Amino acid sequence: MSNVGIVIVSHSPLVAQGAADMVRQMVSHDVPLAWCGGDPSGGLGTSVEDILAAIERAWSDAGVAILVDLGGAETNSEMAVEMLGEPRAGKVVVCNAPIVEGAVMAATEASGGATLAQVLATAQELMPA
Amino acid sequence: MTLPPAILSALIDRVTGEIIAHADELTALDAAIGDSDHGVNMKRGAEAVRAERDAFAAKPLGEALKAIGTKLVMTIGGASGPLYGTLAMSLGREIESGSLAEALAHATDAVAARGKSTVGQKTMLDVLYPAVEALRQGKVPSELPALLDAAAESTIPMKALRGRASFLGERSVGHMDPGARSAAIIANTIVKTLEGTL
Repeated sequence: MSNVGIVIVSHSPLVAQGAADMVRQMVSHDVPLAWCGGDPSGGLGTSVEDILAAIERAWSDAGVAILVDLGGAETNSEMAVEMLGEPRAGKVVVCNAPIVEGAVMAATEASGGATLAQVLATAQELMPA
Repeated sequence: MTLPPAILSALIDRVTGEIIAHADELTALDAAIGDSDHGVNMKRGAEAVRAERDAFAAKPLGEALKAIGTKLVMTIGGASGPLYGTLAMSLGREIESGSLAEALAHATDAVAARGKSTVGQKTMLDVLYPAVEALRQGKVPSELPALLDAAAESTIPMKALRGRASFLGERSVGHMDPGARSAAIIANTIVKTLEGTL
């Protein structure tokens, strides 16, 4: 797949899956997409191991954009990206954007063949300056 | 510094034991200003480390800390996973070659970078930086617990600027930061275990 991939990381698997469903409806299978949610015991939270696995599932040589909800999802996602190691870590970004709207906008942009930088910019336009 | 396997094993036993024993207290602190999971998350990390205590204790101190850090990252689940994981991994990189004070200073800077935070924002950094200062000033181990408990308590009047507690703004004032408390528990347990062996 040459389009940028999208990963959705929420504290809640229901939120992550729901957001992914909305993305899928918009972009069909033109964009590699994966989601994860829940801590290593299945409670609300996030898991670095699950985030790493989601990045693998959504991997694209064009890069991967990660959408997160609250604090720990961001910190754990940044940790996961670092653990990927270079050169792959340099092709993954964590977007500063609302998770649902950001995922839909980022995926729509990605489905048109946009670069990772364009996908990131489109998602982050949603954030108040 | 280096540690013989028996001391490292005792250290892992005591630190993880204290975290597990204080899990309810940490969760109660987090319930006041966060998402009520700090104790549960730290306990999960502590139990995972405890389960592999012998394997960690058999490694040289630096390698052991790096391996423990990775384990914490993969098991804790909340933001404290990458934060404590980064602390341990960064300490592991320097602890055998440099002074403890400077290794902890660099590890604390790494935690600050990971959390995009700094001192005075009602976080674990408000305990870690005073610990660095105390070591640099050559305080004796018996002075540290009171000093670090006071550092954790200094977060009570602070307004949270990072993490979930920052959503509460002024309402975060009046509660001790759970991360500062867990950092004090860990640091004090390390000091008390090593007192007399250093």
